[in-house]
Amino acid sequence: MIAILDYGSGNLRSAERAFAFSGQDVVVTSDANIAFEADGLVVPGVGAFAACMKGLNKINGAEIIRKRLESERPTLGICIGMQILFSLGDEHSQGVPHQGVGIWPGTVSALSAPILPHMGWNNVEAALGSQLFAGIDNESFYFVHSYAAKEPCGQMQSWTNYGERFLSALEDGYISATQFHPEKSGAAGLALIKNWSHSL
Amino acid sequence: MTLSIRIIACLDVTDGRVVKGVNFTNLVDAGDPVEMAALYGLEGADELTFLDISASSSGRETTLDIVRRTAEQVFIPLTVGGGVRTVEDVDRLLRAGADKVSINTSAIARPELIADIADRFGSQVLVLSVDARRARTDSGFEVTTHGGRQGTDMDALAWIEKACELGVGEILLNSMDADGTRAGYDIGMISAARAVSKVPLIASGGAGSLEDFASALDAGADALLAASVFHFGIHRIKDVKNFLKSHNYPIRTVATL
Repeated sequence: MIAILDYGSGNLRSAERAFAFSGQDVVVTSDANIAFEADGLVVPGVGAFAACMKGLNKINGAEIIRKRLESERPTLGICIGMQILFSLGDEHSQGVPHQGVGIWPGTVSALSAPILPHMGWNNVEAALGSQLFAGIDNESFYFVHSYAAKEPCGQMQSWTNYGERFLSALEDGYISATQFHPEKSGAAGLALIKNWSHSL
Repeated sequence: MTLSIRIIACLDVTDGRVVKGVNFTNLVDAGDPVEMAALYGLEGADELTFLDISASSSGRETTLDIVRRTAEQVFIPLTVGGGVRTVEDVDRLLRAGADKVSINTSAIARPELIADIADRFGSQVLVLSVDARRARTDSGFEVTTHGGRQGTDMDALAWIEKACELGVGEILLNSMDADGTRAGYDIGMISAARAVSKVPLIASGGAGSLEDFASALDAGADALLAASVFHFGIHRIKDVKNFLKSHNYPIRTVATL
């Protein structure tokens, strides 16, 4: 069973339908026990960093994510759901970065490009041996964001270029994340979701 | 690696049906929104936009249901606009399956709504829909409201600049003069809007020939929205993409995984 974490952020129904497409049972939940016990936990996200952290803290979400990692239970962060896994976020921070969950070190910072947000379909330079991108070559995925992580961390990094290089996906043992929205990336996104779901 | 230009199919929905008119009047039935959304998704649309032009609250409920049913089977981004007045309206649409919402009249009446929505959901969720026409304002472009039925005397470019400062994530620029005419996008309007905004710009209104799509990109559009040429089979989405690809514009080809 896959749980989609409902912490007041975003396109939960899109995520629910896309993950159900992989053949797994899917629930949308803000219940800590269900989220902890699920075979796979998806941390989706549409929103601003601070607002998302506030929502996450309300349901003790950071603790759930850390406990799952300790218990070797897979978790996948999507978009802001990836960004909040880092230590700090610069979005609307007026110089004092917001605290993230802290799974990975580093600060999620503004992209440097003439037109922002980075919005639309872009390619991914997938990590060698990536499980998420297995069998998915030369496809584009849908991005909508103005901030990103830019320093390598975790075991496997995939990259995308928009103005500068940034991390478009991370695979790090039981925790993975994508900066793009696989649930909105057509057949390529559904294939990636299937890869993750079948690894649970 | 390059960001692809986006082809967006737009469905104007009222009381559960897709309609299309010329200059926002003389509406004719164009089909079932969920079926059309699914078809455009398969044909390679990079995004879908529903504009709810219903006047009644029952019409709005119907649209929510359409959004839900579309989100069940179409896995590309979905923008929904029309009648969005509050942060709660945005939440409701996102929970129904929308990925972005567009606002227009309500933001003109209450610009702080832009900042309220951006603070809660992030700028990337918010599309400012600007229905503009050529008129005697400072820039020569005026904002209209209520689906183009009312003038505002507001300068369209000044409004776009202000909305960008308040936190919109994207501009949907619809030419009221060109809407539904298939006589070409308003190229002057697109390049003027590009010059004052640093967020992605969607050109809308007037798409007719394949060359029209390329001209709008050359004028600075990041995405191209069209309705009637697709609804009435004048061009298929893949024809537009193939044409643009053959002229070296970056296009997403549809995955066959």
